Amino acid sequence: MKKSVFFGALTVAGVAAGVAAAGTLDDVKARGKLNCGVTTGLVGFAAPDANGEWNGFDVAVCRAVAAAVLGDASAVEFVPTTGKTRFTALASGEIDMLARNTTWTFSRDVDLKFTFVGVNYYDGQGFMVPKELGVSSAKDLDGATVCIQTGTTTELNLADFFRSNNINYEPVPIETNAEAQQQYLAGACDVYTTDASGLAATRATFEAPGDHVLLPEIISKEPLGPLVRHGDNEWGDVVRWTLNALITAEELGVTSANIADMASAAGGNPEINRLLGTEGTLGEMLGLSADWAKNAIAVSGNYGEIFEKNIGESTPIGLARGLNAQWTDGGLIYSPPFR
Amino acid sequence: MSTITDPPQGSFRLSMLLNDTRYRGYTFQFIALVLLIGAMGYLMSNLFSNLAAQGLNISYQFLDEPAGYGIAQTMVEYTSQSSHLQAAWVGILNTLLVAFLACVTATILGVTAGVLRLSKNWLVAKLMSAYVEAFRNVPVLIWILVINTIVITMPSPRAYRGETPDTEMLFGLIAYTNRGVYIPAPTFGPGSMVVVLVFLASILGIFMYRRYAIKQLYDHGRDLPTFLPSLALFFIPTLLAYFIMGRPIGVDVPALQGFNFQGGTQIGRPLIALWLALSIYTGAFIAENVRAGIQAVSKGQTEAAASLGLRPNRVMNLVVLPQALRVIIPPLISQFLNITKNSSLAIAVGYEDITATLGGITLNQTGRAIECILLLMLFYLTISLLISAVMNVYNNSVSLKER
Amino acid sequence: MSDTHAHSVAYVRETQLPQQPPPSTAAGPVKWTKDNLFSNIPYTILTLAAIYCIYLILSGFLPWALNGVWNTSNIRECREVLEGATGGCFSVLTERWNQLVFGTGYERSQYWRPTLAFALLFVAAAPVLFQKLPKGMLAFTAIYPFLAFYLIWGGTIYTPILAMVGFVVGYVVYSRLVAGSFAAGFFGGLAAAVVTWWLGGIVVSAITPDETFLAAVPSRDMGGFMLNMILGVVCVSLSLPIGIALALGRQSNMPIIKWICVIFIEFIRGVPLITLLFVANVILAFFFPPGTNFDLILRVIIMITMFSAAYIAEVIRGGLAALPRGQYEAADSLGLDYAQAMRLIILPQALKISIPGIVNVAVGLFKDTTLVSVISMFDLVGMIRGPILASTDWNGVYWELWAFAITLFFVVCYGISQYSQWLERQLATDHR
Repeated sequence: MKKSVFFGALTVAGVAAGVAAAGTLDDVKARGKLNCGVTTGLVGFAAPDANGEWNGFDVAVCRAVAAAVLGDASAVEFVPTTGKTRFTALASGEIDMLARNTTWTFSRDVDLKFTFVGVNYYDGQGFMVPKELGVSSAKDLDGATVCIQTGTTTELNLADFFRSNNINYEPVPIETNAEAQQQYLAGACDVYTTDASGLAATRATFEAPGDHVLLPEIISKEPLGPLVRHGDNEWGDVVRWTLNALITAEELGVTSANIADMASAAGGNPEINRLLGTEGTLGEMLGLSADWAKNAIAVSGNYGEIFEKNIGESTPIGLARGLNAQWTDGGLIYSPPFR
Repeated sequence: MSTITDPPQGSFRLSMLLNDTRYRGYTFQFIALVLLIGAMGYLMSNLFSNLAAQGLNISYQFLDEPAGYGIAQTMVEYTSQSSHLQAAWVGILNTLLVAFLACVTATILGVTAGVLRLSKNWLVAKLMSAYVEAFRNVPVLIWILVINTIVITMPSPRAYRGETPDTEMLFGLIAYTNRGVYIPAPTFGPGSMVVVLVFLASILGIFMYRRYAIKQLYDHGRDLPTFLPSLALFFIPTLLAYFIMGRPIGVDVPALQGFNFQGGTQIGRPLIALWLALSIYTGAFIAENVRAGIQAVSKGQTEAAASLGLRPNRVMNLVVLPQALRVIIPPLISQFLNITKNSSLAIAVGYEDITATLGGITLNQTGRAIECILLLMLFYLTISLLISAVMNVYNNSVSLKER
Repeated sequence: MSDTHAHSVAYVRETQLPQQPPPSTAAGPVKWTKDNLFSNIPYTILTLAAIYCIYLILSGFLPWALNGVWNTSNIRECREVLEGATGGCFSVLTERWNQLVFGTGYERSQYWRPTLAFALLFVAAAPVLFQKLPKGMLAFTAIYPFLAFYLIWGGTIYTPILAMVGFVVGYVVYSRLVAGSFAAGFFGGLAAAVVTWWLGGIVVSAITPDETFLAAVPSRDMGGFMLNMILGVVCVSLSLPIGIALALGRQSNMPIIKWICVIFIEFIRGVPLITLLFVANVILAFFFPPGTNFDLILRVIIMITMFSAAYIAEVIRGGLAALPRGQYEAADSLGLDYAQAMRLIILPQALKISIPGIVNVAVGLFKDTTLVSVISMFDLVGMIRGPILASTDWNGVYWELWAFAITLFFVVCYGISQYSQWLERQLATDHR
């Protein structure tokens, strides 16, 4: 009884504070913390370690935004969300941004009223099967039992793929990656399907990864990226350009090792200067400090470093850059210029 | 309970609305109503202003659109091109199916465990106590997940493959895998209608014979044998018809084809896991109810029945259980309701009930959270009210008629 | 007489024979075994079946439990140590102990806070649970919620102090006004408390230092078994007064109030808790003014409290209905008004009858707190299904984690239900 009344009083105070502030950027600054929606646990993308510290590819984006806005990479409140709750959490303002490998689709952008600020990982839905089945193409999967990790566009892609190839399947929807893996390994399903990055990450944790193969078919485009609410363009710009800053930093060779040197004084490359705030007023235009991008990049390095550290070939997950290489290296990662 | 009535004090004054017990009730009710309407209005206006601010709306249009996802276990026609409404309907039927199955097995399990717990066999009684306490004191979600993990350790269809398979089908008819249990299904050829009709008629015959036997017993004191004639009635006419019609009913035995067993009837693994978990969990509660019900029948009843010369199983069937039922039925109803409500945890094992289709994938894909959850609550509310209404009628019919 | 006897018979035994022990088949363990296990054929079959069951369970369980590994840092090391032998990787429990129990919110050096709060819970609950303890301990029970709040959430100490001051002010006002009428006292006290909190809230936010003695822990990061405990304890204690009010409302002879209560209770009891949690998680935010944002944990507490209040209301209604009509009439005939009659005569008796039912609801509710894992909160079950099983280190360790969860819940729930049975026996004495 007591605590509730007391909480009620806090709520009243919260209402007062909430009405006073306007944009998300001001909210975040006033709060001194960024509320960032992540998954409940997907190795490499977002998961708390044994000490409760969140780590991963998506987490790094959250931390970069927090560093850009607040100058403190640890000023992030990570809000675990499920596929069911993520959109309402964002729409209702519980979180300021969502970085939860969410696919950019038409209806999410237009109907659900969200703004995808960019793509931080180009993915596609793939299949994993045990080698002993001798399956070499997804088109051979007629009548197979398929474990699907629910909560993203996987169910729809799967249904479309099997329908367009006129073959049958038996879906087993599963909530978490760990449970899907358990069932797949026990042979309760023949095939496990989710984003190809997730499959690689899952296979990496198997006792005998060599006994399983990823089928060549990638049946969907899954551009994953952070998103914010429609209508708050100022905040959308902050998140978009923080992501772009990470990408540009890789392109221009700015790394966590050399950033302190480069930012100490204006150098020879004007774009680096503009990016790091030694020249021009880009930070001010965003409503941030001049060294916003420097702070963001200093947290865990540029896009390439973040990739390598969390999901790259040196990690157990071992993903190759592939589509996610810089455009200069034949990939799709491309940032508009800082000008 | 304000039954004190003050003597009338002349004409009505405004202060009497607060001080006079005759009118105070109206004041309170009025205040409560105003507060309620005010709160509702406040919440609703917030809802609509929030929705408007985000450019969203409340609309049930999405129910007509194609769902786009597949469902493994469906009792009605369903493809990924069916509408979300059809997906919800599939979910509703699946919820009802698992709830019904679990209610039946939980009752059987609970009554057995409850009776055995009172047994004089020390070991069995203790074992049943351990079962009841273990399942009552641990959350159902954990049991669902654990039993699912156990079910997954059954052999996979791959174990049936090869020259010397690791596992063989039970009697060559039933395949049990961690994807489900495959049992032979009857196939009906021409003329099978006759066999089915004969079978139904012989069932009717058994009932009529039993009624006749009881009538004979009561009217003339003749104790006719019932068991053997019933058995004969059950088998002989149907078998005769079956062979006379040239064996029209065949059996479709499941066989391994491709990735899975094909043919026969499949009971999917998610259904089995959820069904088992709900039955075993709720069975523990029902066992407690049954034990309490039996203990509530006074010992004098048993002794009186025994002194009439009734044998122990007759004492149980004719004297104790009918009286105990009156105590057992009401909590049993609420256990059935609990099963229905707990079946909403189906998504934990991948069973596609209404919470998993309408409240899960549909919600997920359309983003229509408010509409989906509203419909979901409405469904459970209807089911709960229906079950309690039906059971209350039954409850009234067996309740003690006091004169 | 004795002489003749002595002469007519050759030998008379004059001392009693020492008692022989009963034959071995009719005494001791053999007789017990025969009577209790093998008295007839069906019993023998049952006994053998039971023994076989126990053998199956133990033969699976014992090697796994006894041969367990307790000190490796991930599943691969554990498998190496086991070398294919049967055995549990219990090292997941030691390695992830803090996450399983406390969640991710606390620094390593801060775990004493929730531990202390947990230990003090017993001290605070003792005088409520055991009537024989000195009444003075109830003072600590009254302080406990604020103390526990401070220990668990941390932050500035002014917040719990302010909350406490609000209650004191409210109580003072209540005790001044209650002589006039209960309603005036209750609402006056409530108003006074709210005013105090409102004014105090402004002061507190002004004087709060940036660095506090106990670091503030966001409730988002609360997790593990601690979250189950918090939700269970808070929601049960909150739902008691609400449940009483609802039960009284349902018995009331004011039709509007009665129907509001009936609809509320039946609605809540008709839907599964999980849908209410979806509401808390997904749509509750839409019903508050734009920009309002309160903790998920708080929203969940509201929903679970409403849920258990409806169930407790039904239990208490049963208690009210079981009271003899004469008690109500006696109270009326003494000239007590409604509030007095309820407070002094009806509720004390009705609540006493309802205690076993309330404890049942409480146990059920505590178990149901695991459902919050479905809405992405990291309670014990959520922690297992989420971060731990998802990590590369412990991917594939199921039985050990579930055994741990089962043990924790069993100990707590079995303890509560044993207490309830003990209490029932205590209370039953004065009725017979």
